[in-house]
Amino acid sequence: MADAKRAAPASGSGARPLSPHLQVYRIQMTSVSSILTRITGSAMMVGVILGVWWLLAAATSDAYFARADAVATSWFGDLVFTGSLWAVWYHYLAGLRHLYFDSGKGLDIPTAEKLGWVCIIGSVVLTVITILLVQ
Amino acid sequence: MRYLTPRKRAEGRGAAHHGAEHHWAMTVSSVGLAFLLPLWLYIFGSALGGTREAVLETFARPLPAILTALVLVVGMRHFAMGATTMIEDYARGTNRKLLIIFVIALSWVIAATGLFALARMAL
Repeated sequence: MADAKRAAPASGSGARPLSPHLQVYRIQMTSVSSILTRITGSAMMVGVILGVWWLLAAATSDAYFARADAVATSWFGDLVFTGSLWAVWYHYLAGLRHLYFDSGKGLDIPTAEKLGWVCIIGSVVLTVITILLVQ
Repeated sequence: MRYLTPRKRAEGRGAAHHGAEHHWAMTVSSVGLAFLLPLWLYIFGSALGGTREAVLETFARPLPAILTALVLVVGMRHFAMGATTMIEDYARGTNRKLLIIFVIALSWVIAATGLFALARMAL
């Protein structure tokens, strides 16, 4: 990008800053870890809805619980709950990171990138630990 | 020479046109959830996969019932407000209003359903 900027004419429309081209755009930890916070926060609602439906069924009757429990404990339920569990832990760590950012710390790029890796690796570790604990 | 203060020039310029109270509410609910969630995940995860009798017994106890109620209310408010911020970034006009109304309504429906289920199991 620096080369393209230097080669551009100093006047006219060519002097405007060039936007990053999609095909050469390098994905950054800071943007990925930020957007994952939004995606996980929204996607975990699938698990929340399934969980609340399962609770409602448990509160209602044996027949209703049997139906909801069959879904909640099927491969589909396992997929939703495992995915939501990871989403909760990722969102949890990313939220702690935001509280740390709000105190004015960790905003330099090397630290922010390291904290992004902590969120991604930490969320996987916490998901595995939680699954092992509740079995 | 500019007669406006930097604050006056910055006010109302964001996607939502306001936000200090919103940000503070998100901070408070996130700290609350940070304390509530680890134990709640353990309780809910342990109850999942059990018989109906075991589930009813779990959520009839005070700690699981109160914890689940708090997670539902605080969590659904946190979701509604966070989703509102996201919608304000990506949608405009009537679309924005309809989407925000939808997520707020959805979060209240989920919270009310969960609280109703809890009340039936615990009381």
